[in-house]
Amino acid sequence: MFDGLDALLLARLQFAFTVSFHFIFPAFSIGLASYLAVLEGLWLKTGKSLYLDLFRYWLKIFAVAFAMGVVSGLVMSYQFGTNWSVFSDKAGPVIGPLMAYEVLTAFFLEAGFLGVMLFGMEKVGRRLHFMATLMVAAGTFVSAFWILSVNSWMQTPAGHEMGANGQFLPGPSWLAIIFNPSFPYRLVHTVIAAYLTTALAVGGVGAWHLLRDRTNLHARKMFSMAMWMAALVAPVQIFMGDAHGLNTLEHQPAKVMAMEGHFQSHPDGAPLILFGISDQKAQRMDYALEVPKLSSLILKHSLDAPLKGLDTVPLADQPPVGVVFWAFRVMVAIGFAMLGLGLWSLIGRLRGKLYDWGWLHRAAILMGPSGFVAVIAGWVTTEVGRQPYVIYGLLRTRDAASPLAAPAVGASLLAFVVVYFACFSIGTWYVLRLMSKAPVPHEPGIEHESEGPIRSAGITPAPAHGALGKEDR
Amino acid sequence: MGVNFDLTVIWAFIIAFGVFAYVVMDGFDLGIGILFPTFQVGEGRNRAMNSIAPVWDGNETWLVLGGGGLFAAFPLAYAIILPATYPLIIAMLLGLVFRGVAFEFRWRDARHRAFWDLAFSGGSFVAALSQGMVLGAILQGIKVSGRAYAGSWWDWLTPYTLLTGLGVVAGYALLGSCWLIWKLDGPAQDHAYKVARRAAVATLALLVAVSLYTPLLAEAYWRRWFEAPGIYFASQVPLLTLILAGTLFYGLAKRWQAAPFWLAQGIFLLGMAGLGVSMWPHVIPASVTIWEAAAPERSQVFMLVGVALTMPLIIGYTGWAYWVFRGKVGHDGYH
Repeated sequence: MFDGLDALLLARLQFAFTVSFHFIFPAFSIGLASYLAVLEGLWLKTGKSLYLDLFRYWLKIFAVAFAMGVVSGLVMSYQFGTNWSVFSDKAGPVIGPLMAYEVLTAFFLEAGFLGVMLFGMEKVGRRLHFMATLMVAAGTFVSAFWILSVNSWMQTPAGHEMGANGQFLPGPSWLAIIFNPSFPYRLVHTVIAAYLTTALAVGGVGAWHLLRDRTNLHARKMFSMAMWMAALVAPVQIFMGDAHGLNTLEHQPAKVMAMEGHFQSHPDGAPLILFGISDQKAQRMDYALEVPKLSSLILKHSLDAPLKGLDTVPLADQPPVGVVFWAFRVMVAIGFAMLGLGLWSLIGRLRGKLYDWGWLHRAAILMGPSGFVAVIAGWVTTEVGRQPYVIYGLLRTRDAASPLAAPAVGASLLAFVVVYFACFSIGTWYVLRLMSKAPVPHEPGIEHESEGPIRSAGITPAPAHGALGKEDR
Repeated sequence: MGVNFDLTVIWAFIIAFGVFAYVVMDGFDLGIGILFPTFQVGEGRNRAMNSIAPVWDGNETWLVLGGGGLFAAFPLAYAIILPATYPLIIAMLLGLVFRGVAFEFRWRDARHRAFWDLAFSGGSFVAALSQGMVLGAILQGIKVSGRAYAGSWWDWLTPYTLLTGLGVVAGYALLGSCWLIWKLDGPAQDHAYKVARRAAVATLALLVAVSLYTPLLAEAYWRRWFEAPGIYFASQVPLLTLILAGTLFYGLAKRWQAAPFWLAQGIFLLGMAGLGVSMWPHVIPASVTIWEAAAPERSQVFMLVGVALTMPLIIGYTGWAYWVFRGKVGHDGYH
């Protein structure tokens, strides 16, 4: 059944599928781990049980999301060898050590303290438990640091030498490899994206419960915290995205040409193409809706600055324009929608209506999953945009795959698709079910759930929320 | 060559240590998964799972270190072994997906708990079998041409690899049951004693079978095990294994609490030593030595600094996490 497809395409599909699925979970757990640390810290500082309730509420969701992140991440660490063995052999000496550092400094830290964070509150005391939470949060960040360094090196390779056997070898300075030109931008942009993604998800859950009961103190607190994040961090993210784009223009100009849909060079100011249908064979954008000179203004900060187009890049070295062009637009549109939501919430806050505006809450629910869409769109932009290379300019994707027959790769792809959809959609459903229940005063801890959430669901009938909340106030 | 030689040997030992740490730590987790269907639905299963819930994630991380470490320190070996054992690696990963999510999912959905219990034990069994078969596939030799795997995608499937696969399944079941003896009491512990005796018999039988089969695979193995000077060192391994096995059966009969677990670990350590005797200094027997597969010196040095700085800390806080959850598992919830 896979005869029509070649092993290379199947291997690429498999990587795209497993890594896209995987990244959803870290995007959530990086932000959520920090949010949990903040909640627990506020609880220790203020002694307000409201924060502990929220901590316990989100901890259950974190546990499920983290488990899915761990198992889908394990798959990634073997994917390099199974489907991309030539790449592994060639790039192993340079990126292997960075990934080893990720295991040593991040994965063990997360995993070692996770057990205490989830189940150890009553065994180790508050302060040690808080330290465990901080360690897990730190681990998620350190993990992002190393793996984004690896990805950035593949995008903007630096600090290496070429070995006689065709291997990439480390040069004299590891710092030049780790802090390669695109890494600082990618790291900041990605970590902020994870925080925003989590904030929007938390805000969506808070808004959902506010729509049911505006007096719910727990829902108010999480909605308010999330909207602060959206209002303050979304502008920062747009600014960082712009900086990252300028960095890409410097090091991977063909990617930016694809993002902009610029098939032609523009010697005196390039237009911003808002929408269009790309025809890569004919090398033109059909039905393009353009704003004159705006692209030059954004990318060069000057209306008449010249910008080169894909006509300067041989067809064999061009990334597929359609995917990159549209994925980029999805990401940017969501980014501005987040900014809009944040501003709307600020207005509501100033007028004292943050918890009363039903349409604001509905919009926040709608935007709840938007961060996940944006991060996937962003990764599609950058990963498809660096094609046809796996190590930019140096190793082509088609030269990096394992010597495997198409049926082997196709069968494993099919297995991953079936298992991932089964396991992770059920897991996502469990997460949504946890989210659909409002947090309550004296939220039960995860360690007391021997019968799962079914039992605890029966304890607190919905009408009691408001009354209990007022007592707490 | 001088410094490089030493570093490569050091790295071979670090990878061996990582693999051993994985096998003995996630080994008992997977063993509990394999034995899960034999435990009584309800309290028996809940307590068995709770005995590993706080630590399984850390244990599985050693597998990432084994894979990632091999990638980093011996990239050529990683690039040959993984395509050569492709379906096994995929099966192992998918098994671990089911096993991993079941830890959380079974508590989230009481109505489908039976399904997630099945996913837990099925995933554990498949992962253990695949790991054992990968081991067998490496020992029986891999067809290499240039810097790549040159065989087909079913080369790994032989009677020998089936034997090593079952050996690892039985060995993990032994580790798991001995862990449960240590962590449980009452009827569940009685059950663990019973299972441990059977698992020990199966493990030793398969260990003997694999040990007799291996020297027949290649002349190099035969010389290593049965001719001087190899035999003077090699013969210590089965002798010590015999002593530990005898003590284990005695301990199980006398209802020792913690010692059976450590004795089972000792048997695994000896199995690892036996592997070393057979394979040294190859990372893929007869084809690729550790020096041929090794990363350049700069990579080795950089990573060695990382290992030296972090490994004591990792062992320290991992030990602390085990200490926090010490003692017998309680009867409700996660403790």
